[in-house]
Amino acid sequence: MYDAGKVIIGLVIFFCFFTFAFWYNMGKAAPAPKPKLDTPVIKKMVKKQCIEGTHFMRTTHMQLLNHLRDQALRQGNRWYTNKRGEKVWISLQNTCLKCHSNKKEFCDKCHNYVGVDPYCWDCHFDPNRSKL
Amino acid sequence: MSMDRRKFLKIAGLSALVGLGGSEAFELLQPGALEASEGHEVEGGAKKAHEEGPYAGDKIRWGIAIDIIKLGENPAMAKKIITTCHYEHNVPNWGNPKDEVKWIWEDDYEHSFPDSYNDLMAEKVEGMPFLLLCNHCDRPPCVRVCPTKATFRRPDGVVAMDYHRCIGCRFCMAACPYGSRSFNWLDPRIALKREGRKLNPRFPTRMRGVVEKCNLCVERLDAGKLPACVEVAPDIMIFGNLVDADSPVRKVLRERVSMRRKIQLGSKPSVFYLV
Ligand code: SF4
Ligand code: SF4
Repeated sequence: MYDAGKVIIGLVIFFCFFTFAFWYNMGKAAPAPKPKLDTPVIKKMVKKQCIEGTHFMRTTHMQLLNHLRDQALRQGNRWYTNKRGEKVWISLQNTCLKCHSNKKEFCDKCHNYVGVDPYCWDCHFDPNRSKL
Repeated sequence: MSMDRRKFLKIAGLSALVGLGGSEAFELLQPGALEASEGHEVEGGAKKAHEEGPYAGDKIRWGIAIDIIKLGENPAMAKKIITTCHYEHNVPNWGNPKDEVKWIWEDDYEHSFPDSYNDLMAEKVEGMPFLLLCNHCDRPPCVRVCPTKATFRRPDGVVAMDYHRCIGCRFCMAACPYGSRSFNWLDPRIALKREGRKLNPRFPTRMRGVVEKCNLCVERLDAGKLPACVEVAPDIMIFGNLVDADSPVRKVLRERVSMRRKIQLGSKPSVFYLV
């Protein structure tokens, strides 16, 4: 191989440069987000629970929201019966955001952490109108 | 459907020969398939064009009768109705006709009924204010053309919009003979912010690039409430079930002379004008 020394040095420099972001951020993992649940409506609740269990909501709320959206809008059936057998009026602004009125401290906390920008907020807005 | 290549080519060649258009050729290859694909979104909402009588087979068919005489006596109500609807649904006011977005609006007789306009009209009729909105047609051309089924007909006759699906192709605007649809050329929130208007927190806004129109207050109907325009002006806007012979709207249609817009097009509007 011609110029083996130069090539290898070049490769090493390239490798360091390429993985720079990993070196630089090592040991500085961003802390997991802590979405806030201290809205006036939630504070007043005797039993603090969402329409489904916490774990289910944390992992599956996106699918559930998509499903409920289609059920309400396209089938005109605006009642959701949850696993506890309770009936819930399907509406992002009138049901979800009634409790979670703190979009910035709740929704955005995790969405920003995982770097997603759901298009819900292009049209729907929270009571504090954080985007308008 | 099973069909070998030979048969396909034969039919294709034959269609080309006799100059059949796309839909006819399609009918030949797969009878009934086209009709079926134009059916409606919801089970039970599908309706054949040939069924007898108005609204045959339906249980609910919402409709509105607008009393033009009463509106003429109290023309300030038109503004109030428009403002109420546009507040209820966060419809922006751009202040120029190019970007205009509207759900319900006012126009004169000539533009509301261009096909029955006379050269020498009674002055009283000519100057009358007409309130125009989506007619929630029984056979809506806008629904036929929408490639994504973003606009669809519910079993209760409401022609609804699913903004999550709209791709902004504006086919529906070209298809609607009544100009009921508006396109969001710009982010509606810019106008809403500029107006500094109080928003209705119970209803979303729209985003740039979707088509919008009157939804007959479907979010209120589903909650058992009357449409906002009917609530604010119950003596001008008479709402009810067109299938039910005892509903307020049917009662008033029995007693008064009514007109609908451009009925010769066959879209079967559900908004009646009492004259
Ligand atoms: S008035 Fe226009 S938008 Fe409304 S249902 Fe009829 S064709 Fe569609
Ligand atoms: S603009 Fe939207 S609603 Fe209209 S035809 Fe296209 S996708 Fe359908």
